[in-house]
Amino acid sequence: MKRKHKRLTFVIIAMALLGIAVGLVLMAFEENIVFFNSPTDIVTKKPGPDKRLRLGGLVEDGSVMREAGSAVVHFKVTDMENSVAVSFEGILPDLFREGQGVITEGKYINGVFQASEVLAKHDEQYMPPEVADALKKSGEWRGDETAPAK
Amino acid sequence: MADLHRFANPTRFLKLAGYIQPWALAVFLISLSVGLYMSFFTAPADYQQGESARIMYVHVPAAWMAMFCYTIMALASAVSLIWKHPLADVSARSTAPVGAAFTFLALVTGSLWGKPMWGTWWVWDARLTSVLVLLFLYIGYMALQGAFDDRVRAAKASAILALVGFVNVPIIKFSVDWWNTLHQPASVVKMSGSSIHPSMLWPLLIMAIAFKAYYVWILLVRMRSELVANKVRILRLKQVHGG
Repeated sequence: MKRKHKRLTFVIIAMALLGIAVGLVLMAFEENIVFFNSPTDIVTKKPGPDKRLRLGGLVEDGSVMREAGSAVVHFKVTDMENSVAVSFEGILPDLFREGQGVITEGKYINGVFQASEVLAKHDEQYMPPEVADALKKSGEWRGDETAPAK
Repeated sequence: MADLHRFANPTRFLKLAGYIQPWALAVFLISLSVGLYMSFFTAPADYQQGESARIMYVHVPAAWMAMFCYTIMALASAVSLIWKHPLADVSARSTAPVGAAFTFLALVTGSLWGKPMWGTWWVWDARLTSVLVLLFLYIGYMALQGAFDDRVRAAKASAILALVGFVNVPIIKFSVDWWNTLHQPASVVKMSGSSIHPSMLWPLLIMAIAFKAYYVWILLVRMRSELVANKVRILRLKQVHGG
């Protein structure tokens, strides 16, 4: 085997091993890399009231309620299987509305998620407003339901 | 003899580069002006993001270039390491600052978009964090290239860093599919066809062409000046040694 062939096989093997090693590490750390938990995760795992975590999903239709005279908002976050009640005090991002994907950060206390921060999660759909209206009219609209995967 | 062989290819390359360079510059200038005009005037505002969606016409091509430049750098590093081709290290070294600039641009434009849309400048989700790591890899690569007096050793060490860091590129690309992130999944390049309206896709693609052409142009400029600088150094060395 010529020297450059040796170097070639060495580089290929080293890259393959490195890829496997990194893949294993990422799999092992999945819990920490995942940015948010779904409502199903919260309902099944029931995290303690001291654990800070993020909850992500869609804002359930018809669940948003604003408390009169304060900035407190109550809504439900759903992944179409389970939903978790959230309460939040503060200013919501522009994209926040029913059917929109959101990520909230806070603590799960007595069955209610007390959020200290709410972020809007944008989906991958890009279209002009007229097209969105046309799709809604013709019943082809899938935009808001497709937002967060899993 | 060895010297002759080393010079043969770069000389031919210099000729070819001189021919391609003005064309790349022309493609860049034309597609940039068309692309910018389309992204500001003909492209519609997004149905829910409004005018802020226009940031993507810079952000998305810049992010593509960030990954593209790193891939080129890693390939060139592999060629330099395995076949010791003299041009490979020069092209990898010339690519690094360009890729770093694109990565920085993608991070900054993304952050400017994130504040009004998500409600935050920055989060430590998998996509954003892995792109930040990419920026650090570029910076580390450039630092390592400059850390050795001996060119050959610098080329070897930094080529290994570029190859090891390449693991990050698929992580960036698939981070939005593998883990749930705040960053949205891919809109243009994905299995089920793109989920972006044609009136918005075209300016995006033209901007992507502009960025690619810019890369070709600036790469040739940088490589040519690097080769000329090498030649000057060799001539100086000969003078010193009384050759």
